[in-house]
Amino acid sequence: MKLVMAIVKPFKLEAVREALTELGIQGLTVTEVKGYGRQKGHTEIYRGAEYAVSFLPKVKIEVAVASELAEKAVDAIARAAKTGQIGDGKIFVYSIENAVRIRTGETDADAL
Amino acid sequence: MRFPRTTIARLAPGAAALALGTLAALPALAQEESAEAAAEVAAVMDKGDVAWMMTASLLVLFMTLPGLALFYGGLVRAKNALSVLMQCTMIAAVVMVIWVLWGYSFAFGGGTGPFWGGFGKVFLSGVTADSMASTFTEGVVIPEYVFICFQMTFAVITPALIVGAFAERIKFSAVILFTILWVTFVYFPIAHMVWDSSGFLYNLGALDFAGGTVVHINAGIAALVGCIMVGKRTGYGKEILAPHSMTLTMVGASILWIGWFGFNAGSNLEATGGAALAMINTFTATAGAIIAWSVIEALHRGKASMLGAASGIIAGLVAITPACGTVGPVGAIVLGAISSAVCYFFVAVVKNKFGYDDTLDVFGIHGIGGIVGALGTGIFTAPWLGGTGGDDFSIASQLWIQIVAVVVTILWCGILSAILYKIVDAVFGLRPSPEDETQGLDLTSHGEAAYHYS
Repeated sequence: MKLVMAIVKPFKLEAVREALTELGIQGLTVTEVKGYGRQKGHTEIYRGAEYAVSFLPKVKIEVAVASELAEKAVDAIARAAKTGQIGDGKIFVYSIENAVRIRTGETDADAL
Repeated sequence: MRFPRTTIARLAPGAAALALGTLAALPALAQEESAEAAAEVAAVMDKGDVAWMMTASLLVLFMTLPGLALFYGGLVRAKNALSVLMQCTMIAAVVMVIWVLWGYSFAFGGGTGPFWGGFGKVFLSGVTADSMASTFTEGVVIPEYVFICFQMTFAVITPALIVGAFAERIKFSAVILFTILWVTFVYFPIAHMVWDSSGFLYNLGALDFAGGTVVHINAGIAALVGCIMVGKRTGYGKEILAPHSMTLTMVGASILWIGWFGFNAGSNLEATGGAALAMINTFTATAGAIIAWSVIEALHRGKASMLGAASGIIAGLVAITPACGTVGPVGAIVLGAISSAVCYFFVAVVKNKFGYDDTLDVFGIHGIGGIVGALGTGIFTAPWLGGTGGDDFSIASQLWIQIVAVVVTILWCGILSAILYKIVDAVFGLRPSPEDETQGLDLTSHGEAAYHYS
């Protein structure tokens, strides 16, 4: 089992969700996060006061999949979230040791 | 240079109250005037005027609650939003009580001194539902209770304006004590000086239709002194101190604009053409100021911002306040635009250069816009600029009187405010601890949070 974690631009969230649904993936977790990479931040001006906003809003998507599906999921996310502009985000893949579905007590692949 | 007597009267709201149209004879107080009054025709109360003035009073209250409170609330960080709303709410309540106990008397109590109104009407003694206050038309009166309510709402908003200067770093107890002292020693005397027929600036011939000196210059100067004496916010110049909700700020600024029609057109005290002139000027000056601020910002910074447009709304309204009864609608557009340009320069350049933390630009917009308005009134009242001044109107001499009025207000307010901040500092202290300030005043002063995300 793999956990695919992607950080993408907020307005790409819906496209990523659709792409993952097409693969038959049922369910994912989304968190609103802030951060910066090469895109750095931007400047906001309020009357005379200028503020450098270093951390930009992004969404973090986490989806647990069977190992054989991980590569397809990564491809789907990368295709859906790409704009070609700086700040498109990153994708990380982790190994999952155990998984449990709380309602039924099913474990591992059955729990996904 | 003087205006014809009738013109002078139109220019100074409040003065009217002291011309004493008291139907139920007030002993002693009314006596000096009574000989004159006896010769006049019987006073008439017009229900249309009364209805308009009751409405106008509510509009001015609407400026403070929720207008100013939301405007300020949006401009602070989320952790301090409630502290500003609470300060505005509490100031409104405290000043209403003081106004009835001694404020109205100190401003309009019938005393004929140049600097205050005396003790004649403390606890509103002698005022009944039959008491009448005169308007600017001879023989036309409104109930004195309506006049008291209308003027009360002005006394409420002025100290509420000041809190923007030291927002996010002031003790709640300090705000309340300062308000009590400040309205007593600064606001009521200046209201008397400008609006009462025995007042110092009134008799000088200063033009201030709706309170540019009394409300805006006064609040602006107290704000500047306050932000310097309280000191900068922790993290000023290092941390991001950006406004938390421009949406609330836009809503608040819009409510202020609507309420301002009560403030300006209501200052005419009658529902007549004079009120209509103040009304159209309150539209056009504000529109001119919004456009000017946005254009200047777009040229200077590359983008026109919502906060810029909201600032333009306030700059225009402040500038037209003293002028709305005597300038023309086109002159008002120019006056509003000039006010935006000067205020923009103060908030974007001067404030940074001197490094004072006037958090919500109370001095930069109300103080400076008020001064621009006071001086502009001396210019745009000229008949050849569309104003209502008589044929003998001289810009030079009127401008000189306006300058004197501004300087007197700045000195009186600046010196006394500094003393009052010192007193409050000695009694309660002005600032919360740095820990409390960092955690936010909502939790540390009021025990609640503006927003819960669940």
